[in-house]
Amino acid sequence: MPGKVHVQSNINGEDTDFLCEPRQSLLEVLRDVLSLTGTKEGCNDGNCGACTVIMDGRIVDSCCVLGVEAQGKQLTTIEGIASADGLHPIQQAFLENASLQCGICTPGFIVAVKALLDREPKPTEQRVRHWLAGNLCRCTGYDKIVRAVLDASEKIQASPR
Amino acid sequence: MASNIVLSTQEYNVVGTRPIRHDGTDKVTGRAQFGADINLPGLLHGKVLRSPHAHARILSIDVSRALALPGVRAVVTSADLPRLSGQVADLEEAAMVTLKYRSDNCLASDKVLYKGHAVAAVAATSPHIADEALALIDVEYEVLPPVFNVLDAMKEDAPILHEDVFTTDMSGEIANVASNIASHFITEIGDVEAGFAEADVIVEREYETGMVHQGYIEPHNATALWHADDNITIWCSSQGQFNIRDQSAQILGIPVSKIKVIPMEIGGGFGGKNTPYLEPIAAILSRKTGRPVKLTMGRAEVFEATGPTSGGYLRVKIGVNKEGRITAAGAYLAYEAGAYPGSMVNIGAMCIFGPFDVPNARVEGYDVVVNKPKTAPYRAPGAPAAAFATETVVDEICEKIGMDPLEFRLLNGAREGGQRIGGPRYLRIGCLETVRAAKEHEHYSTPLEKPISSNGSSRRRGRGVAGGFWITASGQASAVAGVNPDGTVSLIEGSPDIGGSRAVLAMQLAEVLGIAAEDVRPMVVDTDSVGYTSTTTGSGVAFKTGWACYEAAQDVKRQMIKRAARIWDVPADDVAYSDGVLSHRSDPELRLTFKEMAARLNSTGGPIAGRATVNPSGVGGAFAVHLVDVEVDTETGKVDILRFTALQDVGKAIHPSYVEGQIQGGVVQGIGWALNEEYFYNDRGEMVNSSFLDYRMPTSLDLPMIDTVIVEVANPGHPYGVRGVGEMPIVPPMAAISNAIYDAVGIRLRTLPMSPGKVLEALWEKGC
Ligand code: FES
Ligand code: FES
Repeated sequence: MPGKVHVQSNINGEDTDFLCEPRQSLLEVLRDVLSLTGTKEGCNDGNCGACTVIMDGRIVDSCCVLGVEAQGKQLTTIEGIASADGLHPIQQAFLENASLQCGICTPGFIVAVKALLDREPKPTEQRVRHWLAGNLCRCTGYDKIVRAVLDASEKIQASPR
Repeated sequence: MASNIVLSTQEYNVVGTRPIRHDGTDKVTGRAQFGADINLPGLLHGKVLRSPHAHARILSIDVSRALALPGVRAVVTSADLPRLSGQVADLEEAAMVTLKYRSDNCLASDKVLYKGHAVAAVAATSPHIADEALALIDVEYEVLPPVFNVLDAMKEDAPILHEDVFTTDMSGEIANVASNIASHFITEIGDVEAGFAEADVIVEREYETGMVHQGYIEPHNATALWHADDNITIWCSSQGQFNIRDQSAQILGIPVSKIKVIPMEIGGGFGGKNTPYLEPIAAILSRKTGRPVKLTMGRAEVFEATGPTSGGYLRVKIGVNKEGRITAAGAYLAYEAGAYPGSMVNIGAMCIFGPFDVPNARVEGYDVVVNKPKTAPYRAPGAPAAAFATETVVDEICEKIGMDPLEFRLLNGAREGGQRIGGPRYLRIGCLETVRAAKEHEHYSTPLEKPISSNGSSRRRGRGVAGGFWITASGQASAVAGVNPDGTVSLIEGSPDIGGSRAVLAMQLAEVLGIAAEDVRPMVVDTDSVGYTSTTTGSGVAFKTGWACYEAAQDVKRQMIKRAARIWDVPADDVAYSDGVLSHRSDPELRLTFKEMAARLNSTGGPIAGRATVNPSGVGGAFAVHLVDVEVDTETGKVDILRFTALQDVGKAIHPSYVEGQIQGGVVQGIGWALNEEYFYNDRGEMVNSSFLDYRMPTSLDLPMIDTVIVEVANPGHPYGVRGVGEMPIVPPMAAISNAIYDAVGIRLRTLPMSPGKVLEALWEKGC
């Protein structure tokens, strides 16, 4: 087994150095090396979206990215969505619309929605459903999640940060 | 267009409102600690070696090469667990459980009974090393012929899974030849032969349903620390920390008081997280290493080695007279239990004719072991397959006699004083109210639109109706309510929160005390910190633990009244408590709000904490009607859901948003079960679609909004009329969709799932 690799990246706005084995996924690094356990594992093979993070502006399943690939990258995880002033409007909309039941899928959804609304501030319902098709939720039937996204989109329009 | 309607009959201050859930912020910021999030100093990582065979005898296990791998700290097999005889224990929902089977399902001792059956486990300094070590464990098997299908397993010459399973009959009589049929029962009401003789129209049909998984997104996990004084701490996500404690204690052969189970947040369960798979393994690995050990399953392990729900074979026969009144009904149910006895066939039998007033009926059931994972409950266990059969037979009858399917349900619906087979007489229930709400719903009266013509004429639309019944359950529950000096209440309770139950419990407590839901701080605590509380199952938490919170609040109220009386030096009878204010009945000067009183407690005689332990009877029984519009593509066989309305009597919706959410989630699981979900096995008994990609649960793109109508016919057996919500909504969708497909293209599908291939085959058979 080769030794650990030194990786430098920027996570949630902070320059972060870590050591990881070449075989460790970014998901493992976030959770086990950096204790950022808000990013969840549901399948470890790219099929549930619970591990969604934003890497250089694009959403990725962190279970399908190697830790070493984070070298030089900007990452946003669920821990980086709220600000010091409080929850992000997406998070607030999830709470107000009762969009989570067990909540295990929630971080992945919120990160995916953040990436969507950053690039398309006013998506249609169909667009939201399409964008979120890679995030599985077994509890809600998606209804209240989709509503929260449309709600958050309106709120952000009404009072841009 | 999409809407959620609440038909309330009684309003309260807090109950029925929609506060933000107490644990919400932690869950939207990634702070909430789920089972796999635990980390401890010195933590080791465990992995489980699983059988490649569906049926084999274990001849030997050699772990020496694995132990020699650097980083490996321990290997365990069933030899590290105590030998349990055939003793039987009564463990909640799973009813009577043979302990040896539970233990063998954790780590196989003599035989492996399904592909994926746990055989050994490793603890190592990293999960990757543990994985590598698994490949170094040498297991010698004698491969045996397997049996996978319930009807095959019932044949006399079928391979036998257990030499010690003999069919137990209703009377308790036990056969003397080993069999895969673990039990057989017949339940009757009235005179079924005479009933069928009175019938003018009789329809009898056969059904097959496949095994499906609960599909919770969080895989199973367990972390254990075996302390040097032989006490054990277990961190895990489960539907009941007490249940996991009790079962783990039995498997480990130690007293329950030696184990503390700390409930972590749980990422979905739906019935599938009541069984200890990893907890005893983590414990013995920790005993061997002296360090905490964490195990988490991969997704394929979850599919192959935890409990899905039974597939089965069913036959239903219903007779009606010319007026459309049911005269008799019969059913035959054979459910796969998986590797060990204990399917939910008995509950399927209780529910199969539940929505109907049936004077004469006979239900026969079989619990059958096969070489597949041991089944576990899945949302209304046993009932969905039963409803799929009954509700599609009813649809056929309605067509034959020319009666509107909702009219038929009004004429034949379950009603007060009636009796379901094998059950007590119904008290106040909302079956007919729910059917009426469906009839009056705009969905039912709005004509179906024509398909969008973009794809030529290959698309057809149809509408289907189905009902359903679920028993709902109760159980033991405990709660402690400590009043804080700032006027809030710390609510300590023992029900793992899978879908917003902290809020629902806090609200019931707040309602009694006349305070805001936000002024209650609900906490789900470990097995040493609150009285016994049964599992989060059976749609029972809002009912039973809600009741405990109601009683704990009453206890606080009584003590507050006494305290006020003492402060004012008046008889307690003269003190009233209403809407959060203590007052003297005749002297308006004497008045203290809950907050003012809370601030004074410590200086006027000491703190106040209310407590309650309950085991209430009086569950309500839940009824639902679902309406669905589908579009069938006759070229591809794909079925799309265009519109779905679920109507359900919930008794009283404590937090309507979470009631709607439960209904929507249950419906969507039902849609997945109806249209695509199933275990594909090859002829060696290997599941070939054990990933989310291939198992294919519904995604957001597959669905419309799910409309709900909350009907409230208060359950007289609960202080706020609660009936229990969560399981009912998975019962009707399969039948409703099958009926809608018939309406669209004229084919009756009687096997699940109704996948594109099956739709096409049926269309071809029909000559389309
Ligand atoms: S854990 Fe990465 S997609 Fe499921
Ligand atoms: S809320 Fe449980 S999986 Fe989405």
